[in-house]
Amino acid sequence: MSDEPTSFVFDAEAEANIAKILPRYPAGKQASAVIPLLYQVQYQMGRQTGSAWVPRVAMDMVAERLGMAPIRVYEVASFYFMFNLKKMGRYHLQVCGTTPCWLRGSDDVLRACKDAGGLKGYGDSSADGLFTLSEVECMGACVNAPMLCIDEDYHEDLNYERTVALIEALKSGERPAPGSSIGRQTSAPEGGPIVLVEG
Amino acid sequence: MAKVTVDGIEVEVPNGASVLQACELAGAEIPRFCYHERLSVAGNCRMCLVEVEKAPKPVASCAYPVMDGMKVFTDTPMVRNARRGVMEFLLINHPLDCPICDQGGECDLQDQAMAYGKDSSRFQEQKRVVKDKNIGPLIKTVMTRCIQCTRCIRFATEVAGVPELGATGRGESMEVGTYVEKALSSELSGNLIDICPVGALTSRPYAFVSRPWELTKTDSIDVLDATGTPIRIDTRGGEVLRILPRQDEAINEEWMGDRGRFSFDGLKRRRLDRPWVRRNGKLAPATWAEAFSEIAARFRGRLGAVVGDTVDAEAVFALKSLMGTLGSANLDCRQAGEAITGTHRAHHLFNTGIAGIEAADRLLIIGSNPRLEAPVINARIRKATLAGLKVAYVGPATDLTYGATNVTLETDFLAGAERPMVILGRAALARPDGAGLLARAWEMATPTPEWNGFNLLHAFGGQVAALELGFVPGPGGLDLAAMMGGGVDALWLLGADGFDPARIGENTFVVYQGHHGDAAAARADVILPGAAYTEKDGTWLNTEGRMQRAYTAVLPPGEAREDWKILRAASAALGKPLPFDTLEQLRAQHPLFAGIVPDTALVAPPAGALSDLPFAAADKNYWQVDPITRASPTMAACAQAAQTPAMAAE
Repeated sequence: MSDEPTSFVFDAEAEANIAKILPRYPAGKQASAVIPLLYQVQYQMGRQTGSAWVPRVAMDMVAERLGMAPIRVYEVASFYFMFNLKKMGRYHLQVCGTTPCWLRGSDDVLRACKDAGGLKGYGDSSADGLFTLSEVECMGACVNAPMLCIDEDYHEDLNYERTVALIEALKSGERPAPGSSIGRQTSAPEGGPIVLVEG
Repeated sequence: MAKVTVDGIEVEVPNGASVLQACELAGAEIPRFCYHERLSVAGNCRMCLVEVEKAPKPVASCAYPVMDGMKVFTDTPMVRNARRGVMEFLLINHPLDCPICDQGGECDLQDQAMAYGKDSSRFQEQKRVVKDKNIGPLIKTVMTRCIQCTRCIRFATEVAGVPELGATGRGESMEVGTYVEKALSSELSGNLIDICPVGALTSRPYAFVSRPWELTKTDSIDVLDATGTPIRIDTRGGEVLRILPRQDEAINEEWMGDRGRFSFDGLKRRRLDRPWVRRNGKLAPATWAEAFSEIAARFRGRLGAVVGDTVDAEAVFALKSLMGTLGSANLDCRQAGEAITGTHRAHHLFNTGIAGIEAADRLLIIGSNPRLEAPVINARIRKATLAGLKVAYVGPATDLTYGATNVTLETDFLAGAERPMVILGRAALARPDGAGLLARAWEMATPTPEWNGFNLLHAFGGQVAALELGFVPGPGGLDLAAMMGGGVDALWLLGADGFDPARIGENTFVVYQGHHGDAAAARADVILPGAAYTEKDGTWLNTEGRMQRAYTAVLPPGEAREDWKILRAASAALGKPLPFDTLEQLRAQHPLFAGIVPDTALVAPPAGALSDLPFAAADKNYWQVDPITRASPTMAACAQAAQTPAMAAE
């Protein structure tokens, strides 16, 4: 693993968060904080390197902090797909391919991601280091399908063109507002509310 | 107690027992993979499904507690169907490579597939493939065969106390391994091979060597540490192919240290297979007759004898008898000059007993690292700590695989303990203040007739018997140190490789009787080839003083002979024939061979001065400690892997 850093220390922001996280667990049960701490690692790596992932040295650090055997941390981190164990692009494009999104055109969203992001397929990272493409299962945004989750932001009601525009915006350094790309209010019907409109 | 009916047979089991245990008690055999008596319950293989009256579904009997009045059925169509279903799922991803699998013939999956497997597979898709892991020179992994029972993970975490194995990934990509490739840092890793129910973890030295039905099995004793682990030596065609532990609840439960299990390849290397006699300063091959005539001519004057650490009691007794008839009291078995006299049995035994560790409430370890000196006993201590035993140790900081505080001799750690226990390492007695330490340890253990908490942990299987037979200087006799540097004219070394032979005086005539051409043999004037522990019927006493018999698994190589026979023949050559011609006659001459009784007199050892000399770190090299292990390529690979665990030898 050539991307593997040789050391990892929590920065001030992560330390502040850890100080809030640890007291949530009873004394002697600190190991329960392994998932929140792994998130802190991933956020910090995103802040510091632009690639939100969990290197092994950081897992060892979490193990040491929580008094666990390192292998127990590896087990947790490799179990949950939310933790990226490989170096990632700056933006993690997560295309939902589950049935509702698929019926509503997730194939177009995927194609747009590949075309605009310069990606070969699921699991690929773009050469410019900006994007990593993943397939995810239903993320619960079916009413506004198809959807694309970028890092932790949901972008809904997408089609090919709007997905391309979204990715181009990311390339130019903008961070488009999450939510429906057609201006839908939450999960209201397309074109605005049709019931309870008067009084 | 709960009354449970299993297939119409009523049994009483304690509350909290599992249905599986109740079934076993009733004599119903329950197939299982993940369940193991000495490990925590995982309940993930689902092979042990049984039907319980009023339960809507089959239940996993290993993880299901009994209730009073429960009715269990282990052989109904529902049970058989359920198990067949589980077996089909297990076999979906299990390769059909039994013909090239080393577990073949002793594989739980193979056996149980005979009962519950289908004759053909309905699975059309690709089987999953898992990359093999390199976890050191002892264990070969074929991880595609893994059925993910997690026994190895639980063994490493719970029994061995080295949480290094885990299950990473999930679902189909779940893999058992260390995640970061490294050799396991356990002295008990060979047990993973035994507990793995399939061929995922097999013995690397035994790979593609033999099938279990081709092997001749001989009961023996592991003498390479003082635990006295009962073993089974598997041989074929006069060659030891593997060594496995037997079960003894009082000694090893069912575990075994890696040293005894894997070092037998040293029995084929650097062996003394014919007598040698030094002529004109060089050792030359000789016949037995030539060797004996040389001894008859030159074993004269002031005589001395030293026995080694792994010699059987019969040979020690024969040598002691021989020296007695020759009128010499210059005997010693304490090669490092340990302060043990052998006068009071309780001073050199593990009085509490290995099983007794579990009854103690506080344990102080002085000058010993049981993890390296007796890993199986260490596992027992670890088991006791999980049940509440508090442990402290005096000596350099080390990881004993369980929580232990590092204290000094002045700390009153055992104060207030109901059943205090002290383990004193034999190496500590070799310190200048050894006698003082012995007295101090005895005093701290405060032995009573009901509870003797004083324990001496020996290093090798032959050490206790030599002490019990009184192989120490007789009245007016010289000890080892006095025999060195020309203190005697002729010296008989019986497997004595534990001291530097350069200390022997230049003009001393040395007879070396043993099985390996190690340093002491190179110094000898006459070499008599003896038998290793696998090659003779013999008696050994473990550190508890437990008398154990071992039997001949293979014959000694070449012209080598059993040691007591060599001594008997030598006595005839020296004109003082010993009064026994068979092993039975020899054994009849000393009460030790009928078993020893513990010393209940409880005389305190004489007080001695204590020095503030720091305790030396126990020998870090667990693998290479005696001529057999030093000659073993497997042990050499282990020693190397221990230095660089990340690049364990392939």
